[in-house]
Formats: sequence, C-alpha cells, structure tokens
Amino acid sequence: MKGALIADELRVSIDSDSDIVSARQKGRELAAQCGFPSTELAVVATAISELARNIVRYAVRGEIVLRLIDNHGGKRGVEVIAADDGPGIPDLTLAMQDGYSTSGSLGLGLPGVRRLMDEFDIVSEFGKGTTVTVRKWKR
Amino acid sequence: MQVPILKQGAYLIATVQSALTDEDLKQLRDALVGQVSKVRARGVIVDVTALDVIDSFATRTLRDVAHMIRLRGAETVIVGIQPEVAFSMVKLGLTLEGVATTLDLEEGLRYLQRSGKRKVQEHEGRPHR
Repeated sequence: MKGALIADELRVSIDSDSDIVSARQKGRELAAQCGFPSTELAVVATAISELARNIVRYAVRGEIVLRLIDNHGGKRGVEVIAADDGPGIPDLTLAMQDGYSTSGSLGLGLPGVRRLMDEFDIVSEFGKGTTVTVRKWKR
Repeated sequence: MQVPILKQGAYLIATVQSALTDEDLKQLRDALVGQVSKVRARGVIVDVTALDVIDSFATRTLRDVAHMIRLRGAETVIVGIQPEVAFSMVKLGLTLEGVATTLDLEEGLRYLQRSGKRKVQEHEGRPHR
C-alpha cells in the first residue's frame, strides 16, 4: 500500500552511532505528531534504531528518510526509508531468516523489524546498496 | 552522555538519564565491570527507567554486563524497563535471558539483599536435620 506524503519529509544522514539515536528520536517525534499511542512510538523508534544500525555496521553511511503518509482513505501512518549505497545483501532470503547474521550480531535485525512494523519492503543489489522501506499505520 | 555510578553500601547503582549511543553503552559496561572489583561491590543495579528504546545492541550490552559481573562474583539487576520498551523488545525477538530484572530500584535493592542472604546460606551450608 503506497501512501501519499502529507507533510515535509525529514532526512537524517547516518554515519556514526550518535546518528542512530537522533534518527530514532526524530522518528518518534514524527509518529507522536501523527497521534500514535506511546507503545507504537517505542515500536517505531526501535525499528528505526535497528535499520540505522544496519547502515552504520554494514554500509558505513546512508540515510534515513521519515515521512508522514496517508493511505488515501484517511488512514495516517509513518513511513521510514533506510537507504545506503553499501555492499548490498547477497542473499535476501537468508537475511530475512531469524538468527541469520554476517557480522556476529544477534542476527535478528530484519525479521525483527518486519515483526515490529505493518509493512516491510526491501530492495538490495549486490555491490550497489540496500533500501528498506517500512510503514506503520495508525489504528 | 556518561552514566553516573553511585556506590550505596555493597552495591553500585548506575542510573541511565538519557538516550545512550552504542559508545555510551560500551563505556557503561566497562566502567561497571571495572568498578565492581575496585569497590568490591556485591551487586550492581542498572536503572533503565529513562530509556525509551532498548534495541538489539543495548540488550546485548546489558546482557554482557550481567554476565561479566557474574564472573567477577557479583549480581546484576536491570530495573525499570518501561512497558512499551518491553513490548518492542519482545516483538523484535530480544530477551534478557539469564539476567535478573525488577520493576524498579526499590525491588532491585530487595532482590540483591535476598540473593546476598542466599549466598551466605549456601556458603555456610544447610543445617543438619
């Protein structure tokens, strides 16, 4: 479900671990503006934290774009796009399995983020980069 | 953002006051593990009431802290995980298995006192019937 942008988008460039914190704080603020309850604010912030950390860990630098969206039916939500031009993910099916990781981390990143959010989309080209788009709709 | 660590009797209390970067978390881990030996603490409390996000890195670091401190012979309790933070952690698939957690600081202190007594009893051995 593609959403229409209903406010200015926010761009946070990610190239150090302090950017992870500012990206998730900005995402939380945006979701709060949209009227999400506090449980969902924590969910959105946690998902952003994981996506931003993947950028720092695997791609060194990239960007998180935060947008307030509308589904054309009056339903509002938050869209988070995490994009990098890092090495890309060689095997997406494998990367989406719980417990898989190439950097010795917990390996719960992507499947966990998918569980946290309502919609999850990933495009990755080996050698060119990865873009993850997630959305959370307000109930 | 450094986390202040206070000594209260035989315990160390670290109270997180704002969002922590990965680097801050590592510093906290190293400071706690170092200080436990220095002050011969029997227990450590990490108060995370102020954290609005505990993601995979924070979870792993907190677990590492608890395990490292256990190897040094002391106990760790993580206190004050907020309900919405707990919700997100579980959804993400994160657990603090093998790490003691309590609702708040007061409960955390009580937990350490109890576990301290248990240790003394174990040390003295069970009384004969």
